[in-house]
Amino acid sequence: MNLYHFIIFSLFLFSVGIYGVLTRRSAVGILIAIELMLNAGAINLAVFNRYLAPDKVDGQIMALFVMAVAAAEVLVGMAILIMLFRRKKSVDIGQLDILRH
Amino acid sequence: MGLLSWLIFIPFFTALAVILTPQPKQIKWVALIGSGIHLLLTAYTAIKLWGVISQETFTADVFAKLYFTEQYDWFKSLGIQYMLGVDGMSMAMVILTSIIIFTGVLASWHVTERPKEFFALLLVLVTGVFGVFLSFDLFLFFMFYEVAVLPMYLLIGVWGTGPKEYSAMKLTLMLMVGSAFILVGLFALYHTSGQGTGVYSFNLNTLASFEYPKSMQAWVFPMIFIGFGILGALYPFHTWSPDGHASAPTAVSMLHAGVLMKLGGYGALRIAVYLLPDGAKEWALFFMGLTTINILYGSFGAIKQKDLKYFTAYSSVSHCGIVLFGVATLNFMGVKGAVLQMFSHGVMTGLFFALIGMVYGRTHTRMIPEMGGLAKVMPWLAVCFYVAGMASLGLPGFSGFIAESHVFIGGFFGNAWNSSVAMQVMTVLATMSIVVTAVYVLRGLGKVFLGPITDSHYLSLTDAGFTEKLTTGILIAVLFLVGVFPQFLIKLIEGSVLPILNRLR
Amino acid sequence: MHDMIAYAWLIPAFPFISFLLIGLGVRLYSQKLAGIIATLSIGASFACALTLAITYFGLAPDAEGLRPTLVPWSFIWVDYMEGLRVNLGILVDPISVLLMVVVTTVSLLVHLYSMGYMKGETGYGRYFTWLNLFTFSMLGLVVAPNIIQTYVFWELVGASSFLLIGYYYERGAAVAASKKAFIVTRFADLGFLLGIILLGYVGYPLYQGSGVEGQLFDYTYLTNPQNITALVGTGFLGISLLLIYMGAAGKSAMFPLHIWLPDAMEGPTPVSALIHAATMVVAGVYLVARLFPLFSTTPDVLEFVSYVGLFTCAFAAIIACTQDDIKRVLAFSTLSQLGYMMFALGLASMDQPLGYVASMFHLFTHAFFKALLFLGAGAIIHAVHSNDIWHMGGLKKLMPVTHLTFLIAVLAISGIWPFAGFFSKDEILLAALQGGKNIHFIGGLLVAGLTAFYMARIYFLSFWGSPRSKGSSHAHEAPLIMLIPLCVLAVLSLVGGWVPFSDYVTIGLTEHQGGHGSSIVPILGSLVAILGLGFSWFVYGRGESARSDAIAAKWGMVFGWIKNKFYMDEVYQFITHQMIFRFVATPIAWFDRNVVDGAVNLTGWLTRRASSIFTLIQTGQAQTYGVWFVVGTGVTLIMLWFTKG
Repeated sequence: MNLYHFIIFSLFLFSVGIYGVLTRRSAVGILIAIELMLNAGAINLAVFNRYLAPDKVDGQIMALFVMAVAAAEVLVGMAILIMLFRRKKSVDIGQLDILRH
Repeated sequence: MGLLSWLIFIPFFTALAVILTPQPKQIKWVALIGSGIHLLLTAYTAIKLWGVISQETFTADVFAKLYFTEQYDWFKSLGIQYMLGVDGMSMAMVILTSIIIFTGVLASWHVTERPKEFFALLLVLVTGVFGVFLSFDLFLFFMFYEVAVLPMYLLIGVWGTGPKEYSAMKLTLMLMVGSAFILVGLFALYHTSGQGTGVYSFNLNTLASFEYPKSMQAWVFPMIFIGFGILGALYPFHTWSPDGHASAPTAVSMLHAGVLMKLGGYGALRIAVYLLPDGAKEWALFFMGLTTINILYGSFGAIKQKDLKYFTAYSSVSHCGIVLFGVATLNFMGVKGAVLQMFSHGVMTGLFFALIGMVYGRTHTRMIPEMGGLAKVMPWLAVCFYVAGMASLGLPGFSGFIAESHVFIGGFFGNAWNSSVAMQVMTVLATMSIVVTAVYVLRGLGKVFLGPITDSHYLSLTDAGFTEKLTTGILIAVLFLVGVFPQFLIKLIEGSVLPILNRLR
Repeated sequence: MHDMIAYAWLIPAFPFISFLLIGLGVRLYSQKLAGIIATLSIGASFACALTLAITYFGLAPDAEGLRPTLVPWSFIWVDYMEGLRVNLGILVDPISVLLMVVVTTVSLLVHLYSMGYMKGETGYGRYFTWLNLFTFSMLGLVVAPNIIQTYVFWELVGASSFLLIGYYYERGAAVAASKKAFIVTRFADLGFLLGIILLGYVGYPLYQGSGVEGQLFDYTYLTNPQNITALVGTGFLGISLLLIYMGAAGKSAMFPLHIWLPDAMEGPTPVSALIHAATMVVAGVYLVARLFPLFSTTPDVLEFVSYVGLFTCAFAAIIACTQDDIKRVLAFSTLSQLGYMMFALGLASMDQPLGYVASMFHLFTHAFFKALLFLGAGAIIHAVHSNDIWHMGGLKKLMPVTHLTFLIAVLAISGIWPFAGFFSKDEILLAALQGGKNIHFIGGLLVAGLTAFYMARIYFLSFWGSPRSKGSSHAHEAPLIMLIPLCVLAVLSLVGGWVPFSDYVTIGLTEHQGGHGSSIVPILGSLVAILGLGFSWFVYGRGESARSDAIAAKWGMVFGWIKNKFYMDEVYQFITHQMIFRFVATPIAWFDRNVVDGAVNLTGWLTRRASSIFTLIQTGQAQTYGVWFVVGTGVTLIMLWFTKG
């Protein structure tokens, strides 16, 4: 297994994430898809660290940061979602078009 | 900080002080003290400058001679500097602005709605104006120019009357279009001179030392001239002015017509004609034509106005036409007259708008047909109004005559590059405005102040109070002093006008 | 005594200082004191002017009999450019000294008179402020050493005239009259200004080459014979003089710019006496006289001046015969007399200066007897409380002093020996005869008859017969302070003609003048005047309207035309309101609001429309934007891929 296998894996993961973000109707689904994209990024960080500069740990530290940020982001995202749900009684993303006006 | 930096930033610091003032009642005092200090400092600078200028000769200069300069690099890689300086012309404008802001603060003595924001914005606005008049790096110039134009939107939109949002939006958008023209023109100058000499700089005199190709001057000149012309109410880009002035609160109208519109004439002369002499020669007749329309059109338009502010706004269009007309004559007397007219019209129109505010505060109407016979109950205001009117129709003894006679003689004498017959015809047409001005001034003021009192509740109105007498008194004294002893101002201006004209040869 | 010439600037300075003093301060505290200060300041001016005149005419004339032209005091006012520098200063020469004396004398008497006439008016202080302003401006005009200063004070007298006509500002008619006076003269001044500019324009290239001392606009420069020849060579002198004459015609109310003067009678009567009879309206004549060396090189323009003068002279005299308002009769009479002065000026030349001398002489005498007539009329109006001559009558016994002085003035203006008018009118007619201008001579003679007729008409109707209204039956003599000026003016009207005028005021060649060679002129002149008086006595002598009504009925149509002043006012009204306001001002106002502003609003509207079209691709769905984003990124990557190859 070399670098390319990991990169192709993370590319796959990222594409799945984008697909999810663009097509899911449910806001929760979109959040999960975003998680996938973030994780693809985190994998890249760890892998590049391992293969390109094996005697340093910067990439792995960054991957940890990404996890922390992802957790925070989910928190904020869920909070917004709950507020939205209270207002609209739905998490259907199709009904949220106030950006247009 | 040097003298000129103080001149620019005193209003800004005053604005900060106004924001930090806790008591609403003290706000106007803070603003007044700030502008009073500024007035004193301006007087000091003027006297000091006069001492220097009166010793010098300018007959052979081709570069603007600057005094009290302050020069620091700002964005060194782009050749942008913090470059301040002053010469006769900008000194005259600074004096004018300082007088107008002082009286403008006095005229807004009774602003009760959000006074803190009002005075702060007013002072920020004049910071920009002083910056424009004192900066000789065009990037800095443009930055201050925008600072001067933008607060107007809020001042009219929030504190105005009538269709204020519409007027504010129209005014801001039209002036922004002008700014865009100016900016493109400035970049063209910067780029061309940079490529030509290898030194990229926004410094006015550095830009002036490069001779721009004729083909390039031919399109950049009208661009910059129209850009500034929009602010100077050049026909047909003047329509922001009646609406804007009509909707603006008193002090804002004063500042706007009195000072901001002068930025147009100042920029047209200082940047367009100074840097692009060949373009100026080529386009002079065209712009003389437009400004002749301005002058006559504004004065005829004023005859039929019913609202005092529209009336004055059209009169301003006519008088600012004389400024740009003078610039377009490219004649020593004409250009000198243009600068004098900027000063004179600034004071005069400031007086007009201050008075309109005072009358409106009493009658609660600005419609000319609804008023009548007010001289009986407010003699002071009536006399002041007539003084302003007489000054505006160019009665000798007030500054208007000095300026207009310069412009008309200059226009008639013509210049070496344009058909003198065409210029003379246009000058004669423009001169006719002195009759039309007499017609509308006397008709309008006669209706408002003379004759029997038309409405019985006008009988209980009062005459001017102390602050109002002070405001109008200062402005009238300036009009009168400049009219009787104009030599001080003329000598001040001459030295800064000569380089501009010498470059044309 | 010589010092007075150096201190001549005091003469206009006194009224100016007093103007500032009472206008800004005294007026507000004590109206009465304001009047006293104003009068005293004019008194001081008068004393200075008299001393100046004695000193100046005491100087020995040079070999050609001319007196020197001096500029004892001046300062730089406006520096247009080298050669066009304008000084404010004092010019002392025969006609300026003459006018200074006339102006200060009449002004002093009018100030005195006004203290009685205006007593109890609410605007007493304001009145004296403006009166001082006027006197200052008039003196400034008279002493102007250059044409720009003349223009400056020309406008200032116009403005002070405006203020004084509109003194009763609550009365609509007065407001309208003041507006009209200002605008009509302003229109004429446009010509004046353009004339000055044109003169400067054609003169400037000559100035640069000539090396003559002084500045282009200085009178000493303009009337220097060498420069005149050069100016004539340019070919534009005639046009510029014609334009300058337009200004003079406006101020001196020559046809067709005369319409403001009759209306100007809405002002207080002393004002009419001072401004609209004795001083300001002769400014036009004075200007032409001042520039006479230039005018004399353009005979066509002078001829035009002279014919316009003659026409105005006759035209106004005819109208004067039909007016019922005593002040309007006097106003038309002023017009007519101004016409005399102008046509006399037009007849003169440097070789035959008699017309010039006669014109100045008539200006001098007219100032006194016309002021006297107005002040007398003021006394009558003060007593009767009406301007209409048909409301007067029988005042001979009730107002004996006024009657006597008025009679003197009537005789003076009619040209009866030995009163002042006889001599000056005689000289004008003589000038016409000597110049071989028969039309002018006959016209002048006929107008002299008409003058006697209409002046006697108002005299008979107001003083003879019996009172025709309540006001006139209860009339009483004016207070002493008003009678003193009347008496002084009466004396001046009596002796004014005996001044050996041509010894003082001359121009050009001096040997031709003074020749009272022909005795036919005085005889004819007196005859016509007596005829006019006699006919007037026949019609109006009994203080009734029967005979005059009969005449009016017989000439119905013509009489109506004359009575309505040939409908000149209506013509102007039509041109300004129906033509200019309607077809220029209103369309422009409309055009601006709808077309020019419409274009701006159209731009705004177009922008909004365009934006509403572009909003169609905005769904507001974050996911749509995401798709655009991803597709865009992909396309960019592919493009990069291909370009990098």
